Amino acid sequence: MTVTDAPAPSRRKLTTAKAMVEAIAQEMDRDPDVFVLGEDVGAYGGIFSSTTGLLDRFGPERIIDTPISETAFIGAAIGAAVEGMRPIVELMFVDFFGVCMDQIYNHMAKIHFESGGNVRVPMVLTTAVGGGYSDGAQHSQCLWGTFAHLPGMKIVVPSTPADAKGLMVSAIRDDNPVVYMFHKGVMGLPWMAKNPRSLAPVPEEEYEVPIGKASVVRSGRDVTIVTLSLSVHRALDVADELAADGVECEVVDLRSLVPLDTDTILESVGRTGRLLVVDEDYLSYGLSGEVIARVAERDPALLTVPPVRVCVPDVPIPYARSLEYAVLPTADRIRDGVRRLVGA
Amino acid sequence: MDAQARRDLYRMMVLIRTFEEAILREYHADKKPVFDIGAGAIPGEMHLSAGQEPVAAGVCAHLTTDDAVTATHRPHHLAIAHGVDLRRMAAEIFGRVDGLGRGRGGHMHLFDPDTHFSCSGIIAEGYPPAVGQALAFHRRGTDRVAVAVTGEGAANQGGFHESLNLASLWKLPVVFVVEDNDWGISVPRSASTCVTSNAVRAAGYDMPGERVEENSVEAVHEAAGRAVARARAGEGPSLLEVHTLRLWGHFEGDAQAYRTDLEGVPGRDPIPTYEQQLRADGVLGDEDVRAARQDAGERVEDAIAFARKSAEPAPESATEYVFA
Ligand SMILES: Cc1ncc(C[n+]2csc(CCOP(=O)(O)OP(=O)(O)O)c2C)c(N)n1
Ligand SMILES: [Mg+2]
Repeated sequence: MTVTDAPAPSRRKLTTAKAMVEAIAQEMDRDPDVFVLGEDVGAYGGIFSSTTGLLDRFGPERIIDTPISETAFIGAAIGAAVEGMRPIVELMFVDFFGVCMDQIYNHMAKIHFESGGNVRVPMVLTTAVGGGYSDGAQHSQCLWGTFAHLPGMKIVVPSTPADAKGLMVSAIRDDNPVVYMFHKGVMGLPWMAKNPRSLAPVPEEEYEVPIGKASVVRSGRDVTIVTLSLSVHRALDVADELAADGVECEVVDLRSLVPLDTDTILESVGRTGRLLVVDEDYLSYGLSGEVIARVAERDPALLTVPPVRVCVPDVPIPYARSLEYAVLPTADRIRDGVRRLVGA
Repeated sequence: MDAQARRDLYRMMVLIRTFEEAILREYHADKKPVFDIGAGAIPGEMHLSAGQEPVAAGVCAHLTTDDAVTATHRPHHLAIAHGVDLRRMAAEIFGRVDGLGRGRGGHMHLFDPDTHFSCSGIIAEGYPPAVGQALAFHRRGTDRVAVAVTGEGAANQGGFHESLNLASLWKLPVVFVVEDNDWGISVPRSASTCVTSNAVRAAGYDMPGERVEENSVEAVHEAAGRAVARARAGEGPSLLEVHTLRLWGHFEGDAQAYRTDLEGVPGRDPIPTYEQQLRADGVLGDEDVRAARQDAGERVEDAIAFARKSAEPAPESATEYVFA
């Protein structure tokens, strides 16, 4: 069964990681062209549990551990996709994009265009993003703005287990390259501090969550918080807390960056007149500026007060906890942002 | 090799192991009962080098702090053997203001201009900068050398091969070292690498390649001596692979369920092996062993105490040091 957008309610709870794996397994059962490759995706099950159990179920022909040769194996996934297979290829941390970005943006993202639409590249590039556990400047970035800036790849960023499953199904079935970015902090890993929202109901059957559709995860009349990934969890926590003070936040989980659901953002800002963008990526030249530009382009009068951004200032993610938490979009910073907007 | 030089190699390995054991203790001390990677005085990933001491001690014995060393995500043994200050290194691992990087870098990002030591968490990416350091040494007419170290997993990365070609083309004083500990996280060498020895790859870049099959500090010392001498003499780069041992997990918290060779691992610890050899040769006695351990213990505990006393960086300073 294929449900679109509104899966049947379920009481079975899964972590985001398990929901992601379930989607891959169900698609692999359905479609023999789907296979997985990447570093430590086999016996280890993915450093962040994105492929746990798949090797036992599907064997080493379809769950392939690669050498540490990202250019070669991501390029190989592109080639296989061009020939009609549907590879899921993992870049262990998005921070490692530097050693393989040519295959990603000059090939994966451009082949369809350069071929005048004659060659399709139906593949999923999964990658772990985000900080918060002192992994330092080369293992803690989000960088979705960098990818979203480059035309030709869809970008999805789930924050909940149910969306993680539905977006994975959609990504695998999509005829375009889809970059699937999962924050380590939403995966529900036993060895990392986590928000309770990383364990939630997930329907057992297969369903798609449409790519390019944001989700209003909380309604509120006063402030629109546009955000994504782990920051959705934090924004919801802050919204619940501020509701006690009579400030009602509406939280928009973007879920997809490419395409970006501008309409949902505009509708919400139209209701609240106040916009806060919360982004764990760098401040300048990125997602937060893009969201505000889209509003300003359509109708700057929607905003009754200037918009506020809570992002990582333009500094690499520091190692020391005291410094890292000074630059991450913490609950404190989100709360301050909302207060500034409502003048409290 | 004379008796004193052999004892020095032994003492260096003991110092390294003592440091790693102390970091192991401090790292896990406040992550109980439930392991949380982001908790405690030392948060984050922790890649320790136990078992790989022969490489660091054997290679760095040929260097002075004027020579450069670039290391990997598993850098402590090389930093110590190259003479990086233990206190400032420990403080960086604790993320404190007196650390090598004032708490900005962390354990995978140790930069010490005093000893020309650096490392990177991106696989194989320490190789290209070593080529450039060698270029600078060469241009300035010195006989200084650059030593670049990676794991065997990294030898399948583009940066590795490009660096070999460039260093050979320009005949630069680089010693490329590969620490083959059989594993790249969970992937055994047999599943990642099409050749049984990376030494054979050197031929493709017109440089000498040597593989030391034993995890023996003296065997490493001897082979590294040839490579360093060649570089110092202006004859160009060499590649040296050492078949070493990952005594512990890839990182702390790694259950190693994938590891098929675990049973034999403790018996392959290179330090007791070397100790027995030196005792048998009459070069090392009880008193030497006791003194080596005591001295290492004192230096390491002093470094840990220094790190613990150092202040945490002020949150207001988080955006500093992006630019000069
Ligand atoms: C470009 C890049 N890809 C992947 C990783 C993740 N990673 C960190 S350590 C490691 C294994 C390295 O194996 P090896 O080179 O043999 O070194 P060892 O850990 O055994 O010392 C991997 C895959 C990384 N840091 N950088
Ligand atoms: Mg290795």
